[in-house]
Amino acid sequence: MAETTVNVSTEEKKRVNPQMENFKNVWRKLRQNYLAMAGGILIVLFMIIAIIGPWITTGDPLAPNVADRLEGPSSQYWFGTDHHGRDIFTRIIHGMSITLYIGFLSVFVGMIFGVVFGIVSGYYGGRIDAVIMRTMDVLLAFPGILLALGIVAVLGGSINNVIIAISIFSIPVFARIVRGSTLSVRKLEYVDAVRALGASDFRIIFRHILPNIMSPIIVQATLRIATAVLTASGLSFLGLGAQPPTPEWGAMLAAGRNYMWEHPHIALFPGLAIVLVVLAFNLFGDGVRDALDPKLKS
Amino acid sequence: MDNLKDNDTKTIIKVDDLQTSFFTHKGEVKAVDGVHFDVPAGKTLGIVGESGSGKSITALSIMRLIEAPGRVKGGSITFNGEDLLAKSEAEMRRIRGNKISMIFQEPMTSLNPVYTIGDQIAESYQIHQGLSKKQALEKALGMLELVGIPSPKARLKAYPHELSGGMRQRAMIAIALACNPELLIADEPTTALDVTIQAQILGLVNDLQKDLGMSMLLITHDLGVVAETCDYVAVMYAGKIVEYADVNTLFANPKHPYTVGLLKSLPRHDIDQEELEVIRGMVPRPDDLPNGCRFAPRCPFAREMCVERLPDLEDQGDGNQVRCWIHTDQWDGPEVNVRDDYGYSESTQS
Amino acid sequence: MFIYTVRRLIQTIPVMIGVTLVVFLMMHLIPGDPAQIIAGESANEQQVEQTRERLGLNDPLPVQYGTFVGNAVTGDLGNSIRSGRAVTDEIGARFWVTVELAFYSTLLSIFIGLIAGIVSATRRNSPLDMIIMITALFGLSMPNFWLGLMLIQYFALNIEWLPVSGWGTPQSIILPVITLGTAGAAIIARMTRSSMLEVIHQDYIRTARAKGVKERYVVYKHALRNALIPVVTVVGLQFGVLLGGAVLTETVFAINGLGRLVVEAIGQRDFPIVQGAVLILALMFVFVNFIVDISYRFLNKRIDLD
Repeated sequence: MAETTVNVSTEEKKRVNPQMENFKNVWRKLRQNYLAMAGGILIVLFMIIAIIGPWITTGDPLAPNVADRLEGPSSQYWFGTDHHGRDIFTRIIHGMSITLYIGFLSVFVGMIFGVVFGIVSGYYGGRIDAVIMRTMDVLLAFPGILLALGIVAVLGGSINNVIIAISIFSIPVFARIVRGSTLSVRKLEYVDAVRALGASDFRIIFRHILPNIMSPIIVQATLRIATAVLTASGLSFLGLGAQPPTPEWGAMLAAGRNYMWEHPHIALFPGLAIVLVVLAFNLFGDGVRDALDPKLKS
Repeated sequence: MDNLKDNDTKTIIKVDDLQTSFFTHKGEVKAVDGVHFDVPAGKTLGIVGESGSGKSITALSIMRLIEAPGRVKGGSITFNGEDLLAKSEAEMRRIRGNKISMIFQEPMTSLNPVYTIGDQIAESYQIHQGLSKKQALEKALGMLELVGIPSPKARLKAYPHELSGGMRQRAMIAIALACNPELLIADEPTTALDVTIQAQILGLVNDLQKDLGMSMLLITHDLGVVAETCDYVAVMYAGKIVEYADVNTLFANPKHPYTVGLLKSLPRHDIDQEELEVIRGMVPRPDDLPNGCRFAPRCPFAREMCVERLPDLEDQGDGNQVRCWIHTDQWDGPEVNVRDDYGYSESTQS
Repeated sequence: MFIYTVRRLIQTIPVMIGVTLVVFLMMHLIPGDPAQIIAGESANEQQVEQTRERLGLNDPLPVQYGTFVGNAVTGDLGNSIRSGRAVTDEIGARFWVTVELAFYSTLLSIFIGLIAGIVSATRRNSPLDMIIMITALFGLSMPNFWLGLMLIQYFALNIEWLPVSGWGTPQSIILPVITLGTAGAAIIARMTRSSMLEVIHQDYIRTARAKGVKERYVVYKHALRNALIPVVTVVGLQFGVLLGGAVLTETVFAINGLGRLVVEAIGQRDFPIVQGAVLILALMFVFVNFIVDISYRFLNKRIDLD
């Protein structure tokens, strides 16, 4: 309703160095978003824990200690002990690297494949587009965790198979988004102009299309890590992911199920750990999305 | 001032010292700063200015539809002798769409996409006249006929996306005029339309205004539209009125350099033009207004005094009110005839 | 609308072919001999050979796929390795339990999600808005199986209001439905809020206000109906997440639904059951997406219904 005046100066600045200007802009918006910053700081903290955690915790995350079974939280065992007498705090700290490893790696692999499929589909169109996108439709037709579940059922339960399963499960999500963005960038006149100047497809894709579709990819990747962590813990909880005695949080919940009714701390802390990690990625992902493009909504 | 009003007609709406500001984190932004005008019954006042001049905010202030962080900060708006700014929200609702109606610039987005044209017109009757849906739809049909929409019966059940821009604007007019308002505020009603459609819609609004005896406040950036429609004109610049006159006086004898600049940018039929002239520069942003005359940075006659001090809107005694140092005793420059020296030759188009 | 429905229906065909193909290939991707797997680990050479012959596993793959689809269409999804019963019988009994669970959970998430989203949007930046949005963020960050465990711990064991497990009685469905519906409610609330906030600044909302429409009707009549259009899509997608989540919820609450059947069957390497159940769940999702698309077109008048 308010009459807007075009702000010529900022428009021009964007043209001068779009990427740098954009990055500064995003960073400034992100810094003003306290929730997003909290998420980002938590993620960094979790990564530090994943790396140095095993050195700062005393005790073995795997060795049973029958004398101290099922003890509640105390100054000695901050989060109590499990049915084998293992310190739950130590196990959660050790589990951090597993969780982040699964989250980052599975999303990274899924992203690479998804981006390639999406760009090829959107850039070349035609039959190859139809084949790729129908395949993606099929993968998306398996609801939620079920695709990952089916893959693990075939491959057998292990952390690496969980990563494979979640990667495949993430591919169609990236492919769809990337294809859409590629299509809209491809329509821009300057892409035609660059092609008229004789640029190769490879060059056009890497120099002109990819930089323009980074925003939705980054946003999706961040939020997708949250989903990956939830899915992985779910698979482990079902006994189809990390196997005991691995200190993976979902597996810890599964193993402790028979004891948790009497000793709630066994289920409480691993669950809270999952919630915190997922929350951190969701907070950060939301913030990145708002900073990159307020119009992007998942 | 007397020339501005016919003595035997009453004033429908009187706006006095209206101030509307937006309170952002950067501080107060004065979008409308001390505007006054009045519209006599049955007459049309045009408010003219470039985008950013505050003319739309003025219109929304009258409707009391300014949204946060904006607020009408001061002044008074007297409608039929009653102060609109003192009314409660519920009282205001009974006036909106009933006594005062408004049509907007964008017919493509101003109609609700999920309701039929009929429903949207009928809603006015249901709200203000307490009619049943069926009765309201019958009256809506009458309105569609009135605004000249072909095969109105079928259109009643049409959704906005099924209509062209011109037809949608007709539907908007039907909504606005449904309850026979005393004042119609038209905010750039033809700007978004094709040129041929513009003339049709303008003609329609003109005819309906005469037939229904409404008063009208027409907001536009186009002096050509003003010439065809209005009885009086207020030229707005950066939140303030810079010239206020009846339409003949304004076209015959424009006094403010900004008005002359706008006139010069009109296409003319009576003389050969090499090219259309435009006023150089841009409207200052409302959060960064000059201290003196707000037009000074773009004015070809501006002197030091113009940059330093803001002139008042002063009666020129010949039916004109102008906010410009040139037309005061204090003018310290050489004598200027704004119209001639700015290179505007009088036309007969008004 | 009719033509669109038919066209959309035709579009599901390649997806269904793909889904059946993937499910069919599952059996062949498992390391090892399908005949050995189906005949059971303890089966001897001869039994394996008989199985291979009976199931046509010597035929070329395309022929086998044709047989698989042909059988599936007539309701024959093979037999369970463990029980020897027809897979369709095993599934049939549990199918409706999962449908009920998913249906109630979807209803709950739509109900809570819409109310929370609307309240949040209309009181933007108020403390209530903050509380709702932070709760929603937790809601979608929580693994549903853990939420289920916590709910059991409190409502079933500590204060003993509700049963620990099972399905059927009105009391028994409460905790599973909350468990499964929470994430959906959170996502729908966030989507509704942002959609409402976008719509409330549209020109037609100003038109409604200029008409003298009461603010309540501006929100619930003029804004909400438009804001719901994108939410419908989310509800559809969410239904898929929810079907997947049913696997975990059913496991936590020991509900005999399709999801738990899948998990048990995977554990017992009863692959015909896994195949059948995964196929049914996927087809269910395809069907729901079809319905959602149709209603989306119905709600969104701007799209030509050619």
